Formats: sequence, structure tokens, C-alpha cells
Amino acid sequence: MTTTIESPELIEPEEPGGPDAHGPGGHGPEDHGPDHAHEHHGPTGILNWITSTDHKVIGKSYMITSLVLFFISGAMALVIRGQLADPTSSLVNFQTYNELFTMHGSLMLYLFAGPFAFGGLANYIVPLQVGAPDMAYPRLNALSYWLYLGGSSMMTFSFVVAGGAASFGWVAYAPLSNSINSPGAGTDMWLLSLGLTGFSAIFTGVNLVATIFYLRAPGMTMFRVPIFSWNMLVTGILILIAFPVLFGAVVMLFCDRHFGTHIYSVSGGGVPVLWQHLFWFFGHPEVYILALPYFGIVTDIIPAFSRKPLFGYRGMVFATLSIAALSTGVWAHHMFTTGVVLLPFFSLLSYLIAVPTGIKFFNWIGTMWGGQLSFQTPMLFSMGFLFAFLMGGVTGVLLASPPVDFMTHDTYFVVAHFHQVLIGTTVFAGFAGFYFWYPKMFGRMLNERLGKLHFWFLFVGFWVTFVPQYLVGLRGMPRRIADYLPTNGWTFLNEMSTVGAMIIGFSFLFFFVNLVTSWRNPVPAGDNPWDGGALEWFTSSPPPHHNFTHLPPIRSERPTWDYNHPEHRKDESHGDKRHREHEQKEPETVGAPS
Amino acid sequence: MNAFTNGSPTSLPAHEHTGADPAAEVAATPRRRRWARPAVGAAVAAPLVLGGCNMYPSYGASRGATKQGQDTFKLFSGMMTTGVIIGVFVGLLILFTILRYRRRSEEMPKQFHESIPIEILYTGIPVLVVAFLFLFTVLTENNVDATVPVNATVTSTGTPVEHVRVTAFQWGWRFSYPDHNVSIAGDVTNGPGGHGPQMVLPVGETVQVTLVSNDVIHGFYVRDFNFSRYALPGVTNFFDLDILHTGTYAGQCTQICGLYHTEMLFSVKAVTPAAFQTWLSGEVAAGHTLQREPQSEANTPPPYTHVTPSNALAAPSSKKGSL
Repeated sequence: MTTTIESPELIEPEEPGGPDAHGPGGHGPEDHGPDHAHEHHGPTGILNWITSTDHKVIGKSYMITSLVLFFISGAMALVIRGQLADPTSSLVNFQTYNELFTMHGSLMLYLFAGPFAFGGLANYIVPLQVGAPDMAYPRLNALSYWLYLGGSSMMTFSFVVAGGAASFGWVAYAPLSNSINSPGAGTDMWLLSLGLTGFSAIFTGVNLVATIFYLRAPGMTMFRVPIFSWNMLVTGILILIAFPVLFGAVVMLFCDRHFGTHIYSVSGGGVPVLWQHLFWFFGHPEVYILALPYFGIVTDIIPAFSRKPLFGYRGMVFATLSIAALSTGVWAHHMFTTGVVLLPFFSLLSYLIAVPTGIKFFNWIGTMWGGQLSFQTPMLFSMGFLFAFLMGGVTGVLLASPPVDFMTHDTYFVVAHFHQVLIGTTVFAGFAGFYFWYPKMFGRMLNERLGKLHFWFLFVGFWVTFVPQYLVGLRGMPRRIADYLPTNGWTFLNEMSTVGAMIIGFSFLFFFVNLVTSWRNPVPAGDNPWDGGALEWFTSSPPPHHNFTHLPPIRSERPTWDYNHPEHRKDESHGDKRHREHEQKEPETVGAPS
Repeated sequence: MNAFTNGSPTSLPAHEHTGADPAAEVAATPRRRRWARPAVGAAVAAPLVLGGCNMYPSYGASRGATKQGQDTFKLFSGMMTTGVIIGVFVGLLILFTILRYRRRSEEMPKQFHESIPIEILYTGIPVLVVAFLFLFTVLTENNVDATVPVNATVTSTGTPVEHVRVTAFQWGWRFSYPDHNVSIAGDVTNGPGGHGPQMVLPVGETVQVTLVSNDVIHGFYVRDFNFSRYALPGVTNFFDLDILHTGTYAGQCTQICGLYHTEMLFSVKAVTPAAFQTWLSGEVAAGHTLQREPQSEANTPPPYTHVTPSNALAAPSSKKGSL
């Protein structure tokens, strides 16, 4: 990407792909003002929304849809906890219970955690961070959202068909998911939904990779791309590795169900465990597809609230790349108890993931070290992420050991582990990102007091819910059971866990009140309320059509910060020393890329 | 207390192998194990010993009723201790940073962004930690995963071997004793009040379990054995249990297997070898023999007979388990 335009102060942005790339009517900045809301459009507005290819509109649609699904799925979790609070509870029957935990997992993992991050936040923020006018393929981006909306509706509405929703757990192990054991249409809708949303993820992955590789603003070398966008790039690559495998597995299962093949059935010479290999070859990269974006969010937030640059930028990039590389070779650690995988190999690679993850932790601490930390809502949620992910990560190291996995596999120990990791990332870091970028997206602030209340209730509820689950798991409680015996000794811990879940549910009331308050009594945000460093804080809130009217010179991964604090600017902060010294001898002029 | 004496009561070789065993690495384990287990304790539990605590705190887990389960427990406990030390260290470091560097002025902090020596340090130390954890994992794994040869009647140390075939099906278990012509089974109709069928096993002998499934995937799990293994259709899994104490141990299916997964309970009753023989004769006399086994439970699934109010789909009639 080169440009010939030079100006003494600021760089003009490159012209976007073409005027036709953004749907009829165009989308001037006024379309995204504070009064703009998708829910309250007249016919023209809806047509505008449906036909929009603006990454900001699509990103917001993704976020709203995925948050709605998050709250639906969260409500299911509360019913599940209600059922488990009492040993012989009859809140729901077995069939409904099986459907509920299946859909809770499916909605959270397939339809919320990933799409919220790479469909929503990344879609909105990545083009802004790299200084691009839009995603590389705006129409593909729109197609991705509509596939996602269709796919997620199909999964959500599978509750109403005869036979109910899928009820075999979110991993759908063959042969339980075949046509004999799961004959209902709900299973087919579940499979079709995975196909549709899988393609939506692939399209967004293609878009993110292309945007970050080809649409970076002049001066933004790969080592000046903010870590959030770096993580999205790696996520995009992992999506392209993992999702086609899932799609293949799903197609084969569909053929087994309807076209008489025997790929996963013993009776026809097939191999049921093949499903697990294919599923987890997708599923473990998927874990990092879910986690890496949220690591990126936290990595962008902590420097802003520490008033310091990120500590160990390059280490962070290499850690992300190693996590991604290792994640494609650890799938069988989900299958240690099958007795048909090579244990030491998968154990070793799983252990090794702890190393780059540890690097990230110390880089986050190093960024805060010696800083001037302020704990506004986004930073508070990031701290919540650090503690949640710390415990989830440590217990994850235990599960890399096959004997310990024999001991705890499919018990609540594992349930507690992955909820700590996933809530740590998708909820703590996810809402950190929401609170962080909401002012940029809507041009108005969220209330700090309500945000902090949301955090503290969530934080307390989180520990009260999941620490007892570790203990009840070690006492032998398996996952996915609807009832247990009063004599098992699991009752008190389950009651505690249920109370914690209710506190988590309650904490979101503050979130809703906060949204309503910000809508009713807007407090203008300004361009850069947090003194953020990346390019998205340089443009207006919300950003205009095609994002930028002008750009600052890009000399580090935080060009906006350099521009606002010229006295602290370090040119080429990640270049080699000779180069940096050479540049610093130059007079302190802004702009004029060489 | 020191690591070596604590490790000794269970550090007897679990299974000595006859020379005919082709699995060389399995046969080699007893030699390595002698120093390995005390070393696990010394490395990861030293701080706790010095602090006067139990060397292997339970953290709420079972200490194991089998030799294999005790090995697993020690690995678990040692890893937990390591994890707690690292977790508390990092957690306190975060907490210290949060409290120490709270914003006190509007002064701009020093804008440093890297320190290569420190970064190398915190890459290198985790590599060493996971290398040690991996080493102890492999050593323990070789013990708990070791099996005697399929047709062996005694181990190389002369311990008798019992063979039990466990067949999982929707939604119950069959326990067959092919050497004794005994076969018992039970399904969800025995639970939850009846807690499912009961597998009776002798203590002080090596029990080799052959695990198969008739339909979907099930999980064979006994909490006090610290062990679970999938029952996979089309695959035959083997594992050994050396039960140390008499008692009754609750077991349960851990892998979602359909509607009545919740109630797919069983139990293991560990008795003395003499009591075990008496029990076997009683079962033969009662006619619970292999000849009464159906060809395949998959073809004759037990009807739904669950009758608790939590289950709307329950059929009114009740059928006794296929005992």
C-alpha cells in the first residue's frame, strides 16, 4: 500500500474501493449519529440497514445480535442452575434439560463468543485501527452477517420444532447425533446452522486477513499494527484453518443421517471416533479463535489506562503466533479418555501452550508496572479478566496431564475450568471492550458508577459460581446430569453455585440500566475519552463515512497517542536501535512519510 | 516426614511383567518409578512439607482406592500445589501492581516498552516448569495406563488377575465375569433409588476391565478410583484396577449418552477374595450366567421406565433390570 499524497500536517486517507461498494443511499456520518438506532428505523431506514455494506453498521448489527443471543443463552444457564440447585429438582424434565445445556453451549460458543468478537468488535474496530476506509470486501462482509443471522435464528428456533432442539451437548459426538439416536429436525437445524454460521465466520476471516494485510494506512508496518488487530489477523488465519474442517465433519454427519452413508457408524464399517478427531481439530483452534480476540481487547485497554506503551509488543505478537501454531496440534487432549490417542504427544503440546500464555500475563503486568493506573470500567473488567483467566489457565495446565484428565474428565472440574476461561475472556474482556469502544461507536459515554456496579456484582458472582464447581467436580459430579442423589454430598456446593449464577444474572441489570441511561441522557464522548493510542481514537465518535478525513503520521503502534503527546513520542519504537537513533536525530516534524 | 517414606507404601511395582510382554516401555516402568514418585513429592511439595502441612493435600479430591488412583492422586496433588504456588505468585504480583501504581498524579510515567532480559526470564522459567510437569506426567501415566497381558491369569509378581467385561448400553451396565460364567446387568430402572447395578470385585488382586459399548459412547467413571475411560462403540478398551480397600464405590456414566444419562449409575463393591468367590457361586446358583446374556443390548434397548415426577416422558409400567 503506497500513497503519493503528502501534506505538512496530516495524511489524506486513501479513497475507498468505489462509490458503489456501500449500498444505495450511502452512509454519511449523520446516519451513525447518536439518534441512529436499528430498532427504530422507518422503512427507508430498514432498507438502508439491510443493504448496508459499511463495516460499522455490520459490526454493530453483529454485536447487537450476538448480545441478544448471549442473554438468551444466559437465561438458559440460569434455568440449568435452578434445576441443579436441588438434588431431586423437577424444574424441567430430562429431555428439556438436555436441550437446554446443548443450546446454552451452542449459542454461547458458536453464536455469541466468536461472532461478538470477530464479527462485531473486529469488524468495527480493525479497519479503524489500521486506518482503512472499510473492510477489504464490503459485500462479503454483508453476506457474512446475513448468513450469521439466518444460521443463528435457525439454531435458536429449533426449540419449537417437533422433537425439540438438539440434545446431545454442543460437541455432538457420533453416534449419539445420528438419525437413530437423535431423529428430530432440531438436530438437522443445528447442523445447518453450523454450516451457515461457519461460512459466515470463514468470510469474516478472509475479510479480516485481507484488510490487515492490504488496507493498512501509509506508515503502518506490520509491527505498528495494534495488538487487537494483530490478534484478529491470527484469529482470521485460525478460522481459515479450523472452520472448513468443521464444515466437512458436519456435511458427513448430515450424509450419515439422511443419505445412508456410514462414516461415523460402526455397523457400516465407519469410525465414530473420527467425529471427535475432526470436531476437535476444529474445536481446539476454536478455543483460541474465541480467546485471542479477547486477549487483544485487554492488550489494547491496559496501556490506555496505564498511560504507557504496551510492554513487550513483539513478545506479544510472537506469543500469539505460537499459541495459534500450537493450538492446531493439541486437539486430542479432549480425547485422552478415549484410549485411542497417543497421550504424551498431545500432552506435551498442550503443556507448551502455557508458555506463550504466561508471556502474555507478564507483558500485561509489565505494561501496568510503573504506570499511572486508573480504574475506569474498561480497566476494571480487564482486571477481572486477569484474575479469572489466571485461575482458569492454571487449572487448564492440570488438564494437559492425561492421568489428571482421567480423574476429572467430564466432571464439573472441567466445567469450572472452561467457564473460568471463557467467561474470563468473552464476558470480562468482552464487556471491557464494549465499555471501552461504546463511546467510539455511539458518540456517548456509559455511566461509570453503573459500570462499576455491573463489574463488582459480576466479579463476586463469578467466583461464587465457579469455585464450588471445581470442588463438586473433585467430589465426582459428572457434567450434563439433570439430577443427583442427596447422598452424593454435592447439594451445598450446587446451591452455592446457583446463588452465584443468580448474582451474575443480577449484575446485568446494571448493564441494561446503563444502556437506557446513555440513550435517554446522552453524555457526549468526544473523539478520545480514554486517551487511547490507536488510530480509532483519532477520528470522530462515531466515525464518519469511510472513517477518516485525515490521518496522523504513523510511527508506532499508537499513532494517536504520539500525535497528542509529541513530547513523549518515540519514533519507530519497535525498530532496531540504529534506525531509531537515526530517526530521532531528525527534526520533530509531524507527517511526511518517507 | 520426608518424601521418600511417604512415597513408599504404594511404591511397590503395580504390575511386573512376564518376559513375553512385547510392550517394552511398559515393562520398563517399575525401574523408573522407584525414584520418580518420591521425586514428584520432593519437587512440588517441598514448600508444604517445610510448612508442616500434609505433603499431598487433597484439595477435595479422593486419595484413591486403587493403586492407580493413588498414583494419579499424587500427581494431581503435586500439580495443584505447583499451580497454587504459581497462581498465588502471579495473582499477588497483579494485585501489588494494581495497588502500587494507582494513578496518584497527572504526571506522565516513564514510557518504557520492553526489557529483553526480563522477557527471556519469564519465557525460560515457564518452559522449565512445564518440562518438569510433563516428566512427572509421563511417569505417572506409564503406571496408571499399564495393563497386564490380556490372557494373563497372574501378574509377574504372582498376584492373581481377574477379568471383567463391562458393557455399557443405553442406559445401564452389564458386568460379565467370563472366567466364572457370571453375568449381571442393570439399567435405569435400578436407579436412582437402587443406584444401578453393582460390580463386585476382589481387593488385593489385579482386575483387568475390558470396556465396550453396545450403542453410543458412554463414560465409565468411579470417583474413588480417580479414573474414567470411554466405552466406545467398535473399540475395546482395557485398563487395570488394583483395589486396595474393601468398600462400596459409586460410579456413573460421564459422557452424555441420551435421555437417561443422568441415571446411568452403578457401583463397585470391593470385597475380600474369599467373599468374592462366595458371591460368584451365589450368582451362578441364581442363574445369572453368561448364557442369559442377550446377543446385543443394542437390539433390545430397555424400555423407558423412569417414574420420578421430573420426567414427563416416563412410561407408567415398570420393568425389572435384566438381572
